[in-house]
Amino acid sequence: MARKQESLTGKMDWLTIILYGVLVLFGWAVIYSSSYSGDEKSVFDSSINSGKQFQWIIASIILASIILIVDSRFYTTFSYAFYVLLMLFVVLVMFVGVEVKGQRNWIRIGGFQMQPSEMAKFAVSLAVAKFISGLNVDIRKWKDKWRVFAIIGIPVLIVLIQGDAGSAIVFVALALVLFREGLESYYLIIGASVTVLGVLALLVNKFILAGVLLAASLIVIYFSRRNKKLALIILGLWVVASGFVFSVDFAFKKMKPHQRDRINVLLGKEVENGKDWNIRQSIIAIGSGGFFGKGYLNGTQTKLKFVPEQSTDFIFSSIGEEFGFIGSAMLIIVFLGFFYRLLYLAERQRSKFSRVYGYCVASILFFHFLINVGMAIGVAPVIGIPLPFISYGGSSLLSFTVLLFIFIRLDTQRYDVMR
Amino acid sequence: MNKDLFKNRHQVIQIIIAFFAVVFLLRLFYVQVIDSKYVSLAKNNAIKELDVYPTRGMVYDRKGELIVYNEAIYDLMIIPRQAKGVDTNKLCELLDITKEEYIAHLLEMKHAKGYSSYKPNVFFKQLSLKDYSRLQEYLYLFPGFYGQVRTIRKYPHRVAATILGDIGEVDDKSIESSNGYYKPGDYVGKSGIEKVYEKELGGKRGKKLVFVDVHNREMGSFNNGEYDTLAVSGDNVIATLDIKLQEYAEQLMINKKGSVVAIEPSTGEILALVSSPGYDPNLLCGAVRGKNFKSLLTDSMLPLYSRPTLATYPPGSSFKPIIALIALNEGVQGVNYGVPCNGAYNAGGVIVHCSHHHPSATNLQYAMAQSCNPYFCQTFRNSLEKLPNTTTAQAFDIWVKACNSFGLGMRTGIDLPSEVSGNIPTVKYFNRIYGEGRWKFPTIVSLGIGQGEVLTTPLQMANIFACISNHGYWITPHIVKKITDPLTNKDVTHQYVKHEALIAKEHFVPVIEGLFEVVEAGTAKAARVEGITLCGKTGTAQNPHGDNHSMFAGFAPKDEPKIAIAVVVENGGYGATYAAPIASLLVEKYLNDTIATKRLPIEKRMIEANLLNKYGVHTNKTAAMNAEGEE
Repeated sequence: MARKQESLTGKMDWLTIILYGVLVLFGWAVIYSSSYSGDEKSVFDSSINSGKQFQWIIASIILASIILIVDSRFYTTFSYAFYVLLMLFVVLVMFVGVEVKGQRNWIRIGGFQMQPSEMAKFAVSLAVAKFISGLNVDIRKWKDKWRVFAIIGIPVLIVLIQGDAGSAIVFVALALVLFREGLESYYLIIGASVTVLGVLALLVNKFILAGVLLAASLIVIYFSRRNKKLALIILGLWVVASGFVFSVDFAFKKMKPHQRDRINVLLGKEVENGKDWNIRQSIIAIGSGGFFGKGYLNGTQTKLKFVPEQSTDFIFSSIGEEFGFIGSAMLIIVFLGFFYRLLYLAERQRSKFSRVYGYCVASILFFHFLINVGMAIGVAPVIGIPLPFISYGGSSLLSFTVLLFIFIRLDTQRYDVMR
Repeated sequence: MNKDLFKNRHQVIQIIIAFFAVVFLLRLFYVQVIDSKYVSLAKNNAIKELDVYPTRGMVYDRKGELIVYNEAIYDLMIIPRQAKGVDTNKLCELLDITKEEYIAHLLEMKHAKGYSSYKPNVFFKQLSLKDYSRLQEYLYLFPGFYGQVRTIRKYPHRVAATILGDIGEVDDKSIESSNGYYKPGDYVGKSGIEKVYEKELGGKRGKKLVFVDVHNREMGSFNNGEYDTLAVSGDNVIATLDIKLQEYAEQLMINKKGSVVAIEPSTGEILALVSSPGYDPNLLCGAVRGKNFKSLLTDSMLPLYSRPTLATYPPGSSFKPIIALIALNEGVQGVNYGVPCNGAYNAGGVIVHCSHHHPSATNLQYAMAQSCNPYFCQTFRNSLEKLPNTTTAQAFDIWVKACNSFGLGMRTGIDLPSEVSGNIPTVKYFNRIYGEGRWKFPTIVSLGIGQGEVLTTPLQMANIFACISNHGYWITPHIVKKITDPLTNKDVTHQYVKHEALIAKEHFVPVIEGLFEVVEAGTAKAARVEGITLCGKTGTAQNPHGDNHSMFAGFAPKDEPKIAIAVVVENGGYGATYAAPIASLLVEKYLNDTIATKRLPIEKRMIEANLLNKYGVHTNKTAAMNAEGEE
């Protein structure tokens, strides 16, 4: 205890904080670009999104500092309290909240709007961590499995009732955490493979998909090359997966046109009459960025507002258009590095609580990234969720900040076993 | 076994994350680097601004009768790409065209500017509602074909073409001066009140932003129409015209060249304004416009020439009241001034004959009634020579100014696009012709009887008599009473300038009495209508190119004038022959609403009067066109 108090800043993982800062500042710049319309308003001008985002960034810094100062036992001790409190809050919002874009899950404080369901993420993560790290808890046992499912399922249900499918689906990410903590593999493998492959089979050319799968399999085989049996199994799996891809494709083609259309709309694929407008415009904007991009503030497709929601859900299309392949690829690599760093931090925790929480943070952020970028480039279904730290919006930035900095705080005491 | 498989579960998670990152990178590389179509898609990806055309305002006459409205017509459009397997025979049958015509239409369309097989093209222009509804039933048989509604102007009364005007495609000059509002192909008022009140009638165009793809196809509205603006319909115009009177006047003027102008003296409102030969304004609407315009343009009767405001004639005897009023006002002669008349007047060697045989006039009234030329020559002379302490030139200058105060020698300011000022010669003019001080009364004696350099438009003639009937003032004559906005019920009544003649009020009474005598017992007896105190003056304008022009100008009733009128029948001879009877019929119609039975023969004679041979034409081309347009 005494050691920790001596040098809190020395124990913080500065690499994570720097990556966080880079992403937030980059997002702020892109938000300015997408609200920029040549009228030379300052980036701080609070009449445009970037000005508001600046205030949110300041708020986030303050909040992050508070989180770091507070004793980490505060989070571990009150995990369930946070969870219950936030669940109540989210339910309460259904009755006293204001409606934004057809969803009555916002509260208004002064001039700002907040979405409490965003905040539920860290509370659920804390609760999951608390539960799994409990004595004698084994999620391979049905008794414990149901409990952890309930902890995750309750907020999902509430948010679904509120009509915010995007926020609800995010909790699917916690499957990765359960997997890490020992949930039987086949849950993950079968669930993930079927959904991902099924969706990909419909979105991507089946030959390309099979090729990518093969490449992925070969990578896995390379990493575990000493295990010949594993290699065989993976190859076998690849055959099954490819077969699945081709059969989904075949089944899809056998469907009646209106059924196909319905699935296409769900997947955000090109359908007639402009129902797929957003996604097509997003891909056109990204594609037109080329290798080097059109340059900062020079995006035409996003400037002309061809791409809707371009500072929130479709912010990646601004990035793709203005910074090109170079910029987009770098952003993806930065995110990849960020996720790997989080996974590394999680693995180095000596306490189970901190590790589980770390995995929750990484999975939730990764899932947002996966859906948001995937949607913008047309390989994931259209689900309106923000790109962490980049997208415009106070609720999301604050909630991601809280989520992350609690983990950073826990990490400062990574040598503590008991939580 | 499963446990073995994922001994290092954290590595599996790392691989999953890496896998998706790789997928994203590959996808980005494909979209941004390999596939170049997105660059061109983005270039062609455009928001297209479509115009939403407002409905043009309607025009009503003074009694609320609708005189100009919009009629829906249909253009048959085709998107060639979508038109497959068309039953040509059936379509030809429905459109009532031959197969050759069908092919001609197709070819014409394909060679038109901006043709694209992806875009809608006009295949068959301007089908009437009747023709279109017949076709519409079967339209489902013809994929790629559809009807697009448009509007054209309709003139239910088929008269007043020169006043109402027409609309046509905007010309380059107007496009340039409109600061980008007008675009090629827009329709604007080309003449008449359609032109003058373009701003009010035209309304305000709206715009609609739509996404278009590479083929310029509309892909849906932009931002759910957030930036679209609605078209604002044009305002309605309430004209001062009495369309019934206008129709009657045009009927009376058939087969004659000339003008009729009727004004309500108290307000300056134009009741009727006829340019004859007239044409059915519907002839210049829609598909037939081009063809009809050409034949109207080449007609030797000049139907497109708006005579009431553009043609100038020497006013002849109709000018005499002005001569009298100026002299009375100057005090150079009294009401009971007499001039002996032996059939001619010798103005210092210039002989002016009197066209009528009558006893010498002992007063103004009688001289007016008999239109005695010597009397008015002498009156004019008095104005020039009897004014104390003035030279002839100075006196003439005063006289000119007095004439100007009646709206002569200048534009009246009527709200029609073109008007000429006529002519009242000035001192400067005569100095230039004859040299300063080298012209005297005899040189310009013909002005005294409304001949020579004095020229007036029929509108000015009617206006003079409106002014006389008002005892000395006139209001700028106008066609439009007010502008109303059908949506907001906004109602703008225009204010028009009141002009005072430079004549003292009391002098009008004797002159008006004289004008009353003209009709009661003088040269215009033919125009006498029982029960109506019509005052007026015949005129016979000398015409060096042929028979004299028959003219009459006057007003009625004498005491509370309701209508001032001028009629000119070109080459009609004496004023009393055609102009006076026609004017009297119009006055009677306007005041009594019907023509007395015993005057019906006059009406018949006037309607049937045919002066075509005097104009050297055998057939009335416009009448034939009008008849053809009517079927």
